[in-house]
Amino acid sequence: MQKKLILDSDLLDITLNRLCQQLIENHHDFRETVILGLQPRGIFLAELILEKLKKVLRREIPLGYLDATFHRDDFRRRDIPAKASETRVPFVIEGKKVVLIDDVLFTGRTVRSALDAMIAFGRPSKVELLVLVDRKHTRDFPIAADYVGKYVDTLTSQRVLVELIAQGNKQNKIWLTNKDE
Amino acid sequence: MAKLSQRHLLGIKNVTREDIELIFETADNFKEVINRPIKKVPSLRDVTIANVFFENSTRTRLSFELAQKRLSADVINFAASSSSVKKGETLLDTVNNILAMKVDMIVMRHSSVGAPHFLAKHIHANIINAGDGTHEHPTQALLDTFSIREKLGQVEGKKIAIIGDILHSRVALSNIFALKKLGAEVMVCGPPTLLPKFIGQLGVKVEFDVRKALAWCEVANVLRIQLERQQIKYFPSLREYSLYYGITKKLLDSLKKQIILMHPGPINRGVELSSDAADSSHSIILDQVENGVAVRMAVLYLLAGASA
Repeated sequence: MQKKLILDSDLLDITLNRLCQQLIENHHDFRETVILGLQPRGIFLAELILEKLKKVLRREIPLGYLDATFHRDDFRRRDIPAKASETRVPFVIEGKKVVLIDDVLFTGRTVRSALDAMIAFGRPSKVELLVLVDRKHTRDFPIAADYVGKYVDTLTSQRVLVELIAQGNKQNKIWLTNKDE
Repeated sequence: MAKLSQRHLLGIKNVTREDIELIFETADNFKEVINRPIKKVPSLRDVTIANVFFENSTRTRLSFELAQKRLSADVINFAASSSSVKKGETLLDTVNNILAMKVDMIVMRHSSVGAPHFLAKHIHANIINAGDGTHEHPTQALLDTFSIREKLGQVEGKKIAIIGDILHSRVALSNIFALKKLGAEVMVCGPPTLLPKFIGQLGVKVEFDVRKALAWCEVANVLRIQLERQQIKYFPSLREYSLYYGITKKLLDSLKKQIILMHPGPINRGVELSSDAADSSHSIILDQVENGVAVRMAVLYLLAGASA
């Protein structure tokens, strides 16, 4: 199968703007809400969304990085342990609303372990999930996103490739490819 | 994705620079974990670890046990002084009996050089050397170099003096291996009787004057005089040792430079270090202890992950 373009730069911008509007609808001025980007790839998306939110709301919004590596359920079940990334939660999440942000929602296992990791920092009043791409019919867990950039029908043999400028790419592009490519 | 080149941690001699850097990067993440409100992750919840100590230890055993509990491992502790070893059981029998209880990893301290290497040849579990005689103490060297990296940003190119009883010290040997692998300059300093004759062959500078060593180095790692290992007299008296090699606040201040003071513990206050030096702003001794837990978590995590 050829690489298939799911979102290009312009469409991504429109999509991100819509996601931000939806977030503002539900969280108003973000005084009781914090954002957690999931390592390693969700943090770039979280930064993009944060920039857009700040432009509209004209105030600082707390952003943290959450790494779920040590809470994964596949430790000792794969040949090589996953490498951890930085966790940085420089605020209290107790009693706050938390928006978790990741690039792609696939099996839901990462989100499950991220929920576990997040609880170590306190008890939020509400947790929501935002993803750029939701792969339909591939979930291993009863997990659904509250905000979705784009729904995509995929096979497990396929892979969603997110290329963002912030990750060192020339342009923002989201692709669908085969795993072995 | 990240994997160590070894299944065991027997000594720093056996690991690569890449291994050490991977352990450091993983330890950075665990240091963040142990400063969380809930200082625990579930990674090793299906792993059972036996801490087998044939020699006394406070810090190392507590640090390992805490690291294991922070990773949610099941832990059993074994001290030779209260065991069947006293009745004449061999090392291999003792350990095989422990393994028959379905233990995945062994952390062992033993007074004989090479005891963990011997075990590694005969049993399947992952083995971590927590000190074998006067040979190696790899996790101590890892936490020492991790602490230097934390304070100075990097280890490469830094000047580190190891001062004291080098002859009987497993900490010294492991530190020399780790520091050399990371590209640091190393000097050993002590009375001639407490420096091994051919230590220079390891690529370290040798100095007998502690003042010159301190003037040269950026980091001084001060070691304890291991009286329990000294069968004969290596110097006339502790008082004389302290006079010539003891490090005091006054001596440090007279250097007129920033110096980092480390000690693996337990300190003999008033012998190798005076109290005012040990408690001074130069000292990072308690940072070493905190880093010890994070570094040991990293070692346990990486070894357990690779064994499946």
